[in-house]
Amino acid sequence: MLLRPTIIEQLTQVAKEQNKKVLEMSDEVILLDSGLDSLCFAIVVSRLEDLLGVDPFSSVEELRFPTTVGEFISLYEQAAR
Amino acid sequence: MRRPLWHTIDHKYSVSLFDCDRNLELGALVNGSCLNGRIEELRGRSVLIATQSQLAAATALIELDGIARRLILCPPDLPADHISAVMAQADASAVVSDQETWQIGESDAELFTLRCAMIDRVAIQPARDEATQWVLLTSGTAGVPKMVVHTLSTLMGAIDSDATPNRDMVWATFYDVRRYGGLQVLLRTLAGGGSMVMSGTGQTPADFLAQAAARRVTHMSGTPSHWRRALMSPAARMCAPKYIRLSGEIADQPILDGIRAFFPNTPVAHAFASTEAGVAFEVGDGLAGFPANLLAHEDGTVRLRIEDGSLRIRSPRTALRYLANEEALCDKDGFVDTGDMVERRGDRCYFVGRRGGVINVGGLKVHPEEIEAVINRHPRIELSRVGSRKSPITGAIVVADIVIRPLPSDDGSPFEPDGLKTDIVEYCRGLLPPHKVPSAIRIVPSLEIAASGKLVRVIA
Repeated sequence: MLLRPTIIEQLTQVAKEQNKKVLEMSDEVILLDSGLDSLCFAIVVSRLEDLLGVDPFSSVEELRFPTTVGEFISLYEQAAR
Repeated sequence: MRRPLWHTIDHKYSVSLFDCDRNLELGALVNGSCLNGRIEELRGRSVLIATQSQLAAATALIELDGIARRLILCPPDLPADHISAVMAQADASAVVSDQETWQIGESDAELFTLRCAMIDRVAIQPARDEATQWVLLTSGTAGVPKMVVHTLSTLMGAIDSDATPNRDMVWATFYDVRRYGGLQVLLRTLAGGGSMVMSGTGQTPADFLAQAAARRVTHMSGTPSHWRRALMSPAARMCAPKYIRLSGEIADQPILDGIRAFFPNTPVAHAFASTEAGVAFEVGDGLAGFPANLLAHEDGTVRLRIEDGSLRIRSPRTALRYLANEEALCDKDGFVDTGDMVERRGDRCYFVGRRGGVINVGGLKVHPEEIEAVINRHPRIELSRVGSRKSPITGAIVVADIVIRPLPSDDGSPFEPDGLKTDIVEYCRGLLPPHKVPSAIRIVPSLEIAASGKLVRVIA
């Protein structure tokens, strides 16, 4: 499964479900400015764990919390390696 | 009796309480009052503090401790119908608000408007000799919150009031000062002689972090969920705290490591506290859980023990009692059952969840039964069981298992499960706040009922 489109789709889908107005999910968008709140991220991370079988927030050692959409995606790429 | 809070302030030093657009110089309260010359009218009364801003609430506490008989701190999100119940049960005859008008239900309580921007000069400060009760509201209950009675002594039990004042100390907290965690930060600030940055009404986290950075914050506190959110904000890079504190939720290893990676030279402590039990202990070794030898301390002021799997605390910081509630706050030996389940592994104890399946979503406690009651009202639902799923972002999120009710007209033909799930989520969204809406729904053939007649719940 391709990571990037899956992640973008989940971010957009959860935003829609939570009635959040979101920016277009490009790499440089700041996650907290994207319109998503903590609860949205919690849901996105749990759905991605179901879809991809990884949760980088729990599995990556010395985790650096992502601040942009690009960093969020690369965290998953790093964990999938 | 501890000296009233007002005595912690000193006009010789320039320390302040800040919110997003205001600055209250604490020294100005030495010879001043924001209560429009009416402070004496509040003597001996039970007073509800129901302000829009945290700054106004903090000012009211400083001014009224030692004058009011009882101060009830109204959290910002308390529904109007609960406010009426709280006022009746707490026998409140006065309301301090930062609004010009204030009306809740049929209440005939007298309104006192507090204006932080209008400090009147007071020639002689009133005597502050009343042993004021401080009443805090719990967040965990379905329905009207429980009211927990403290005194300034129990609230400040964990704070070293004799330490040399540090005028350069600037606290910032993601908590609200009207809840136990935030109130601790306010009291630490005042006892320590420093300043504090509070978030303004509706201020975004990024904005608050930027403001804290501009005020040169030195000490920061919040829940693990607050911190996860903060670390995802570029504004956090502008802050250079000398001390970081976490409490209010389980601090897991990833968030402790995440903070260390972000602020490599800052000491990080995670504390255990609850509104009822008070501050019990803090851990500073950067590891999740707490050393098991804390359970063996026989001589300290705070005693811990584990009984039936949950952490029990006896301490002089424990609240006195519940108000208007017969339920005992502690057992016959004086221990408060925190309801936090603890597991011992070797020399370390770890928090594993809440008894009774209470779910903690980013510091907000959720009772599964409340959500089940909503789901069960849906015409297609026979039975539901709400549980939690671990989340590295908010600690936990809410999930639900449902058993579908066959319709009389059902001919056994397959229905569209995804449509039903969406329908249930939409239904919950209309009746519940976002953190209580199940983020995932699973259709199951049946749910186990125990011999007691209760739904079998599994602790996640």
